[in-house]
Amino acid sequence: MSEIAAAVSLEIAQKLGLNEEEFEKIKVILGRDPNFTELSIFSVMWSEHCSYKNSIKYLKTLPRDGEKLLVGAGEENAGLVDIGDGLACAFKIESHNHPSALEPYQGAATGVGGIHRDIFTMGARPIAAMNSLRFGEIDRKHTKHLVKGVVSGIGDYGNCLGVPTVGGEVYFDECYNQNILVNAFSAGIVKVGETASAVADGPGNPVFIVGSATGKDGIHGATFASADLTEDSADDLPAVQVGDPFQEKLLLEATLEAIKTDAVIGIQDMGAAGITCSTSEMSAKSGTGMTIDLDKVPTRQADMKAFEILLSESQERMLIVCQKGKEHVIQKVFDKWDLECEQIGEVTDTGRLEFYKGGEKIADVPAHDLVLGGGAPVYDREYTRPTYMDEIAKFSINDISLPTNWKAIAETVFSSPNLVSKKWIYEQYDSMVRTNSMHTNQPSDACVIRVKGTEKALAMTTDCNSSYVYADPYKGGMIAVSEAARNIVCSGGEPVAITNCLNFGNPYNPEVYYQFVNALKGMGDACRKFSTPVTGGNVSFYNQSVVDGKTEPVFPTPTIGMLGLLSSHDQKMSLNFKNTGDLIFMIGKQQDDINQSEYLKRVHKVRMSPAPHFDLEEEYALHQVIKKIIKDRIVVSVHDVSEGGVFQSLVESAMPSDKGFTITSPIGFRKDAFLFGESQSRVIVTLPKEKRTDLEDLINSLNGTITVLGEVTDGNISIDGEDFGAIDTWKNTFNHTLGTTLEN
Amino acid sequence: MKFGVIVFPGSNCDDDMIHVISDVMGCQAVKIWHKETSLTPYGDLDGIFIPGGFSYGDYLRSGAIARFSNIMEEVVAFANEGGYVWGICNGFQVLCELGLLPGVLMRNHNQKFICKNIHLKTVTHNSAITSEIEKDQVLKIPIAHADGRYYAPENEIQNLIDNDQILFQYADASGNVNEETNINGSVHNIAGICNRNRNVFGMMPHPERASEELLGNKEGKVMFDSLLANIKTLVTQ
Repeated sequence: MSEIAAAVSLEIAQKLGLNEEEFEKIKVILGRDPNFTELSIFSVMWSEHCSYKNSIKYLKTLPRDGEKLLVGAGEENAGLVDIGDGLACAFKIESHNHPSALEPYQGAATGVGGIHRDIFTMGARPIAAMNSLRFGEIDRKHTKHLVKGVVSGIGDYGNCLGVPTVGGEVYFDECYNQNILVNAFSAGIVKVGETASAVADGPGNPVFIVGSATGKDGIHGATFASADLTEDSADDLPAVQVGDPFQEKLLLEATLEAIKTDAVIGIQDMGAAGITCSTSEMSAKSGTGMTIDLDKVPTRQADMKAFEILLSESQERMLIVCQKGKEHVIQKVFDKWDLECEQIGEVTDTGRLEFYKGGEKIADVPAHDLVLGGGAPVYDREYTRPTYMDEIAKFSINDISLPTNWKAIAETVFSSPNLVSKKWIYEQYDSMVRTNSMHTNQPSDACVIRVKGTEKALAMTTDCNSSYVYADPYKGGMIAVSEAARNIVCSGGEPVAITNCLNFGNPYNPEVYYQFVNALKGMGDACRKFSTPVTGGNVSFYNQSVVDGKTEPVFPTPTIGMLGLLSSHDQKMSLNFKNTGDLIFMIGKQQDDINQSEYLKRVHKVRMSPAPHFDLEEEYALHQVIKKIIKDRIVVSVHDVSEGGVFQSLVESAMPSDKGFTITSPIGFRKDAFLFGESQSRVIVTLPKEKRTDLEDLINSLNGTITVLGEVTDGNISIDGEDFGAIDTWKNTFNHTLGTTLEN
Repeated sequence: MKFGVIVFPGSNCDDDMIHVISDVMGCQAVKIWHKETSLTPYGDLDGIFIPGGFSYGDYLRSGAIARFSNIMEEVVAFANEGGYVWGICNGFQVLCELGLLPGVLMRNHNQKFICKNIHLKTVTHNSAITSEIEKDQVLKIPIAHADGRYYAPENEIQNLIDNDQILFQYADASGNVNEETNINGSVHNIAGICNRNRNVFGMMPHPERASEELLGNKEGKVMFDSLLANIKTLVTQ
């Protein structure tokens, strides 16, 4: 029996992840019952992963315009920002959470591969990668297994590809015990005007598949990513893709070479939903259609079924629409790199995707109806304020007794896996290849990447403290963006734009949807304040863990990847103390606030407290002050206060140059709030004594707040006259705690 | 001066080499694709670099397939005629696989990829890439490899010592060479060597990543300075 005649039912549709309403809609679109292949096509294209059906309404409320944007959100595979000198930066962050939770090595590796393809399919050469990782409690055997797998996967893939992994963030919390988060970021550089586009213009133009052969891996991966992660998910292992970084390296070079020729009309990488997604999105964008002969697709095994070829998420593949008559140009490039390059069809003017196999048409669907912005469903979910927020509101700092043994408390906070050095992880990544990393030897709050051939540098960072977002989705969303911007500013850069990776629980849970809606509102407000539009990213719903038999969503984790620009290399500011005797100041207002601090969680075991103090206007004003004092060269080190508080920030600045510090707590505040509180909008700076008046005059003129804390010393820590010991001891804890914990 | 940089499909430090040779050192640099069969079209070369990377993916053994590339026969001939050939990281692995240098690079003793700044003790002043460096001088240079554990049988190591072929050893900032400073478990802490004729060099650390003030570390540049000074001397002679 031919596949086109195979009958389908609502039951099958539901198994593929479609609901009844969607199944009926498909029948209306086609004017008949779909066959199994067609149903599979709709199911992946209308999956959350490809269609953004439960998120697009709110994504559209984010600011998406800016004078530096060359490509708007969702228009191409990644955002594109003008950085001057005739160059543009393409950048994006994406999740690979569910595959990594099941098969950490391949899940993370293919996450890295996928995000780089999104960049080089636009003609940009990736020059830097970052990743934002969330794991469960570090002492669990399963967590250690996942950390090791994810780190090896990221390292092996990125190292081979030759793109430096320059930064990122890693947090551990029980909410991620089963459902880890792996968000990968890539940034690339391309000459303005030499970018490629994901279009399928010109009926009659040939369509090529290039790169790896198509196998049975990752089938229904997009649907899998759009379902709850359960105990049975391990049965879905074939839904996890397998990566080959050497193939990706070849594909990278060949793709960039091909785009430089005049033969490429359009190109799109194959990620989620493979051939189905690339053919439909490219056709829909151009208002065209395609005929594709699936028998011509190079496959890894014999007798693959049509839907398997269509849905395969085999890695390291691209779809290219080539100018008719220039086929040999494309062929020559891919021959040079010893890669498969097969013409599998051509562009048509029908607006339909017509797939053939064995000489028979096995699927015929309109491209426009498959895609986001076309016929894909759009939903507005219900939301309600989570009940846990009542408990959070009951928290009072007065119920927390003030400790007396400050050194011991500092040691407890400082040795938190969330605060210690992630050296054990990042030393497994090549962080210096391409010789642009300006923060390797002079660390800064954001990664600073020189742009060769110009005076400029890019600053980039990923940030999100998800416990703040859990405690207060709106404020937490604002803080995530603000911290990213603060890191860019403290490194000497100007925030330019963001990409985001929105990791949330099940959108059909009204409390989860409340978190989603409000976190986005916070992000949007902050992005508007900092003039950093959203260029794209992705949404990952259905992230949850089963705790004591109860399904709990992960903390809402809207990871922000921010791009900033340094107009010249010498604007770069580093965070490390420079000279013994330099004065240490805190810029920004101190608060009696220990909310959601690592201190409160680790020392007092209190998880339920509000988000820390934050005011958007205050934050914005702080950035203007910091920019000015860096530009005027008044300060010699700048480091923001974030997780772990002022103490953490000071020790981090002291360690790189083996300095120490002696400080006095400001009067009128709880000492724990000063040392370990995480209230926002504070920055630690150091400067030579003779610059003190300059700083004070400037801050006064800008109505800022400063507090002198003390001065840089030779290698010991002293707080309010109490000896906290040698910096070497702290450094030892900082550098070795994570490795020791993970290796044992 | 003009240098060739061999490019395998998986080379990924080729652009970094080109950048240092041309933009930092002010010399000419040409990429030479591994499928080429002759060096003649590139004119007179003052030296050939084999850069870091993963030549052919290196799933089998680092550099094991690269030695069979078309261009490598030409590189061997170039070296046998006394031409300077310098392999860094994957380039070192390829040179050992080719037999231009003795020994082999095995998986690091901790089984992991390691990327960080380390310290090198300069063992000999007597080579074209160390002539401007004092003997025993310590240099801070980054490494980035998973297969960097140098191994050669005992008699071969003795030969290297007797013939002053060891260029660099893994050390600490004070120049101490011991088990603790042996970052990847190499025999005798060996980080870099040359051949007996002293015209072929191999090392795991990446001096090209430490040659610019802008990156906060230029302690590797002295190796390129040395090579250029030696070539200049050869030309004047």
